[in-house]
Amino acid sequence: MSPKSLFEKVWDAHQVVGETPDAPAVLYIDLHLVHEVTSPQAFAVLNERGLKVRRPERTLATMDHSTPTLDFAPGETPPYVNEAARKQVETLEVNTAAHGVQLLGWNSDNRGVVHVIGPELGATQPGMTIVCGDSHTATHGAFGALAFGIGTTEVSHVLATQCLLQRKPKSMRVTLRGRAPANVSAKDMVLAVIAKLGVDGGTGSVIEYAGEAIEALDMEGRMTVCNMSIEAGARAGMIAPDELTFAYLKGRERAPQGAAWDAAVAHWRTLKSDDGAQFDKEVVIDATTLKPMLTWGTAPDTGIAVDAAVPAARHASDTKAAQYMGVTPGESLQGLKVNQVFVGSCTNGRLSDLRAAAEVLRGRKVADDVRMLIVPGSKSVRDAAEAEGLHDVFQAAGAQWRQPGCSMCIAMNGDRGEPGELIVSTSNRNFEGRQGPGARTVLASPAMAAAAAVAGAIIDPQTLSEAAHV
Amino acid sequence: MSETATGFKSLSSRTYVMAQENIDTDQIIPARFLTTTSRQGLGAVVFHDWRYESAGAVKEDEPLNSLDVTAHRILVAGRNFGCGSSREHAPWALADFGFQAVISSEIADIFRSNAAKNGILPIVAPKAAHDWLLAHDDVEVTIDLDAQRVDLGNGPSFEFDIEPFAKHCLMEGVDPLGFLMARMDDIAQFEAARS
Repeated sequence: MSPKSLFEKVWDAHQVVGETPDAPAVLYIDLHLVHEVTSPQAFAVLNERGLKVRRPERTLATMDHSTPTLDFAPGETPPYVNEAARKQVETLEVNTAAHGVQLLGWNSDNRGVVHVIGPELGATQPGMTIVCGDSHTATHGAFGALAFGIGTTEVSHVLATQCLLQRKPKSMRVTLRGRAPANVSAKDMVLAVIAKLGVDGGTGSVIEYAGEAIEALDMEGRMTVCNMSIEAGARAGMIAPDELTFAYLKGRERAPQGAAWDAAVAHWRTLKSDDGAQFDKEVVIDATTLKPMLTWGTAPDTGIAVDAAVPAARHASDTKAAQYMGVTPGESLQGLKVNQVFVGSCTNGRLSDLRAAAEVLRGRKVADDVRMLIVPGSKSVRDAAEAEGLHDVFQAAGAQWRQPGCSMCIAMNGDRGEPGELIVSTSNRNFEGRQGPGARTVLASPAMAAAAAVAGAIIDPQTLSEAAHV
Repeated sequence: MSETATGFKSLSSRTYVMAQENIDTDQIIPARFLTTTSRQGLGAVVFHDWRYESAGAVKEDEPLNSLDVTAHRILVAGRNFGCGSSREHAPWALADFGFQAVISSEIADIFRSNAAKNGILPIVAPKAAHDWLLAHDDVEVTIDLDAQRVDLGNGPSFEFDIEPFAKHCLMEGVDPLGFLMARMDDIAQFEAARS
């Protein structure tokens, strides 16, 4: 048998009908994650045609994008940004109830950002196919699942048939050779990968991340890396499961138990690229020379090392981006005045991310004119952070400790920046206006974001002075 | 144009050029308009923040605001159009506004798939033709979907690739959900074999 890549193994195991020149493959979907923004028009298709959700037990819904992150008392209406947001969330409640789909809603201790809760519940497992009407679905690839974002029409297809029509994507392997320095986080690594590939370098491909630096990451770091695959244009990102993966999943609510667990792990151990597996493209990056990263522009491939200068414009779009961001080619980003800082999102809203931010904020203050929002990725993350006192650190520093949700990553729930404001954000997109019309976004790691909050300006966390401690 | 009730056959219209590279789906429709539960009426907010000041005033110097889209059905965009989010609201908004085809040198995967499902023909042009289109705003173009050919008149006409099933669905008005539903026996067999 010819050697197969991890991606090919998962793909082949899910082909209901293989592709032909005339028609794509019918691909079976093991887990369909659903949220309020991209599902209402899909449920409407089912309702119009009198169709049912084929596998409610393989469908899991939550609400995260349009939900407020402000506190509200039990029994009160959540403080939605507008009526449309309220109606959208209530539409999800109605649709999931009518179709027998589990909704982790306002009353659930497991509610949170869709790509945070899947792994937390053990619903995300190696070798699965996972889809969601959300481009950051690649996050789940950290477990060796083939996970990708789909449009709403495709959401209706999966609801009705548990399948998708798909052409087999191309494959790419990105190897991060050697160990990354201690101050380089998973976010820095993936920003470096995207800078190398370009925003369209992964178009049409599934990326497998490999190499010592990837293996050395914990599961949360691996999720951060896979999460941003779409920012290089890739359909999905995957990492071969290993002992860390199994240890993370063991005992979680939806993970297999007992003998089923042993059988599952035995199967999961086979989910790695065989020696000699072929990839359409191979990219190798030396992890030992990586540095903490920041983006200077309005596309996620504009990451530069914290001590580097903004590069010269390659084309007109770069010039426009530099003008929008208020940065100058040839100059460093350090010292640039910051108005807001956001720690959260499906990229960096997990416990390890909050710990990294707390480490910088402990004993320090957020600068007077900076608003800092810390938004846990889920209720579970929030509870775990509070159990170890992180919320006290954040609040003592003057940051706002919010309820879970997508919040300022997509800025559709009322959490947003104002025109002209500079936001250092641990999220995944720095597109023009992404965090509010006219708002400017610098993507960074939680440590970098927290340091910017303290300094009131972009700064290398390592140079944040001890004197800032109070 | 000769679009029929059953689908997309050919299109003759003029081009509208947006030369910027990497036009992402947040530009096509900003996220704050995604609270809708409908797919209708989104043309009103397509490229909203390019067309309106943050306080709401119309930007008089934005050419989209005075575009006669009925004569300009073909959007020519800079490289890597439609990158970013999976929101199908992007092609819904473009289609509702009146665009029927997008031509670029590269089109992001999810947008490309979503566009074809909503009556917008995504066309990836060779670099020479794309460069010519970017340099010649407002030209008459004829797209023949069956022949997979774009006629640029005085420019470098070209043939384009399209996934055969997407082409079939666009041309014949075939519903992919119906196609999947017709494979329900295969799906049930697959499930039974795995359990």
